[in-house]
Amino acid sequence: MIEVVSESRCVECNICVKVCPANVFDATGGVPVIARQDDCQTCFLCEIYCPTDALYVAERADGPLAITESDVEERGLFGSYSRALGWKRGKPGGSELDPTHRIRVAQV
Amino acid sequence: MGLNRKELADKSSLHLQTDVLVIGGGPAGAWAALSAAQNGARVILADKGYLGTSGATAPSNTGTWLVPPGDNRTNIVERRWQRTGNLADQRWMLRTVDQAYENLLKLAEWGYPFPDDEDGRLYIANLRGPDYMAFMRRRVLKAGVTVLDHHPAVEFYFDGEAVTGAAGVDRQRDRDWRVDAGAVVLATGGCAFHERILGAAALTGDGHLMAAEAGASLSGMEFTGKYTLAPYGSSLNKGLPFRWASFYREDGTPILDADGRPLQNGIGEREKDIARAMIEAPVYAVLDQAEPALQDWLRRGQPNCFVPYDRAPVDPFAEMFRVTFRAEGTVRGTGGIRIATSDCGTDVPALYVAGDASSREPLVGGTSGGGGPNSSWAIASGWWSGQGAAAYARRRGDTAFCTSSRPLGQAGLRPAALAKGALTPRDVIDSVRAEVIPLEKNYFREGGRLQASFDKIDSLWADVKNHLSGEGTALTRLKAREAAAIAASGRWSIVAALARTESRGMHRRSDFKTSDPALAHSITLRGVDDIVASSAEQGQREVAS
Ligand SMILES: Cc1cc2nc3c(=O)[nH]c(=O)nc-3n(C[C@H](O)[C@H](O)[C@H](O)COP(=O)(O)OP(=O)(O)OC[C@H]3O[C@@H](n4cnc5c(N)ncnc54)[C@H](O)[C@@H]3O)c2cc1C
Ligand code: SF4
Ligand code: SF4
Repeated sequence: MIEVVSESRCVECNICVKVCPANVFDATGGVPVIARQDDCQTCFLCEIYCPTDALYVAERADGPLAITESDVEERGLFGSYSRALGWKRGKPGGSELDPTHRIRVAQV
Repeated sequence: MGLNRKELADKSSLHLQTDVLVIGGGPAGAWAALSAAQNGARVILADKGYLGTSGATAPSNTGTWLVPPGDNRTNIVERRWQRTGNLADQRWMLRTVDQAYENLLKLAEWGYPFPDDEDGRLYIANLRGPDYMAFMRRRVLKAGVTVLDHHPAVEFYFDGEAVTGAAGVDRQRDRDWRVDAGAVVLATGGCAFHERILGAAALTGDGHLMAAEAGASLSGMEFTGKYTLAPYGSSLNKGLPFRWASFYREDGTPILDADGRPLQNGIGEREKDIARAMIEAPVYAVLDQAEPALQDWLRRGQPNCFVPYDRAPVDPFAEMFRVTFRAEGTVRGTGGIRIATSDCGTDVPALYVAGDASSREPLVGGTSGGGGPNSSWAIASGWWSGQGAAAYARRRGDTAFCTSSRPLGQAGLRPAALAKGALTPRDVIDSVRAEVIPLEKNYFREGGRLQASFDKIDSLWADVKNHLSGEGTALTRLKAREAAAIAASGRWSIVAALARTESRGMHRRSDFKTSDPALAHSITLRGVDDIVASSAEQGQREVAS
């Protein structure tokens, strides 16, 4: 579930408010707030759309883990999913390097 | 094309007119909007979430069913047909692979960044969800479609003969909207029964309920017995990595099958054994059958599968981790709104349906719609429904805008008796889930247990219909309506499962272990309160009222 909005990283662009398909965030005029955490579908998409890697979604979908911003920072997890995909500053990238075709061949 | 600032800032409700209204912004809705626009229609697309991130494809990485033209195509289709439990229709299968192939080539032409395969040719048989849907959003906007994000539809308008549009809520501005339309494409995806799987937050079966209220029939609703392995507690219902898994108990002893062999490969024939083992006690897995090269491809090709492991953290190739089966409702099931015409029209004039909202029985029968066919179906059916809707709207002219129409929404919106605040959407959803999620009820089915589930869900339905209401904000009204749609979908699923007195595809009944050749046809349901089940052989039979 979505757990952290980093105040120090956030540039208050409200992109997360717009793109979250589950309408989890509310705009405030400043840093958005997690208003409906239980509606989060743990899709990690807000992380990759955030231009400054200010969001962190924990791996547990069934309920919050209460991980803190400093834990996430220390473990280098901010933006880790974007990097794995090849998305940068909230923009798509990296699908041209997707090796999934090799997995599909190996699958049979 | 977006709405202007004034229209968006206005607090009063929004009322628009268009030729084609597309409801839902997953791949099916996006392709429908593109094709309707290409056929000259003015198009509005309303999505519950955000076109680009919403639905089952956006967070995933979907393989398509890609069969290039050529002599071999008929053979491949024929072979696949044999796996569909004899319910699919080879004509639909052929035209689907044909249209999907053509549209995938269009994507390449438009510049979608496909990867190269080993021989340096574009590999178009896989679409990475976030990239694909971000690309589709840009394309849809470029085609001049008006996109309304966070505008879930909750009901249709109807003039006695045909659908004349839909209404819903603008959940971020807390106001209502209504669109009059010459024709409507319903592309609201499957119903995931509120399971916490990728993309499922919006997939509550709203479209199924809306269509049924307008008189459309459903089919294949018994095929909701698809479950996929996921790391315990996570949303990652992606089976692929479990192809290389071995399964253990918590103390590290390998789980054996009936023949005494260790259980491996969670996406093949052994799935049933793993499900059985999981009913007994917690199951753990290690992806220890994956060679190092494959480990690297899995990590780079399916990065979201590794997010739970990396964050936990655990090394899934070396360490045991607990797994669960996530239920997938009609998403990787195959049922939905029945298609009546070759351009994806329904039984209701002016109403078209595409993607997971429709029954995919013609394509996959009673086996899973996931793993290739579903994404090809979203592309092809989206394309056809957009064409069909544009042509219908053209023939109809402006009559949709001048007739007197009435809204059709009942359960969750307009309770038949006094609204009771004590009946909350959460309670309704939990009660439905207690019947349609547990492996021992829905993976392994049995007549007596199904009947007990039906009795519970039927009395729940009476409460929902009579008393559930979301008076208040746009959001609370939406939540009540979603709960009603989940209850209706669960009830249909159980009714159909009772009616199919055999085992076929993902419908497994311990009291009827084999397939009955006399039941090799689809079961159609009609009605919301009084459900009439019928099949080609048996004729109509009222099974619930
Ligand atoms: C984890 C996962 C992996 C998958 N992998 C594969 C694969 O490899 N191959 C394959 O073929 N298939 C796969 N599938 C299935 C595939 O993703 C779906 O078939 C496909 O997304 C269907 O497209 P759709 O547009 O019909 O529905 P969706 O993509 O689910 O979109 C439905 C849309 O409707 C909107 N909506 C819902 N209700 C309303 C409402 N009331 N008003 C307005 N809008 C509404 C939602 O917000 C959403 O945007 C996978 C599914 C999952 C969950
Ligand atoms: S998208 Fe990122 S930067 Fe923008 S408001 Fe949200 S958290 Fe802040
Ligand atoms: S993980 Fe998905 S559902 Fe949850 S807040 Fe982020 S975008 Fe929204």
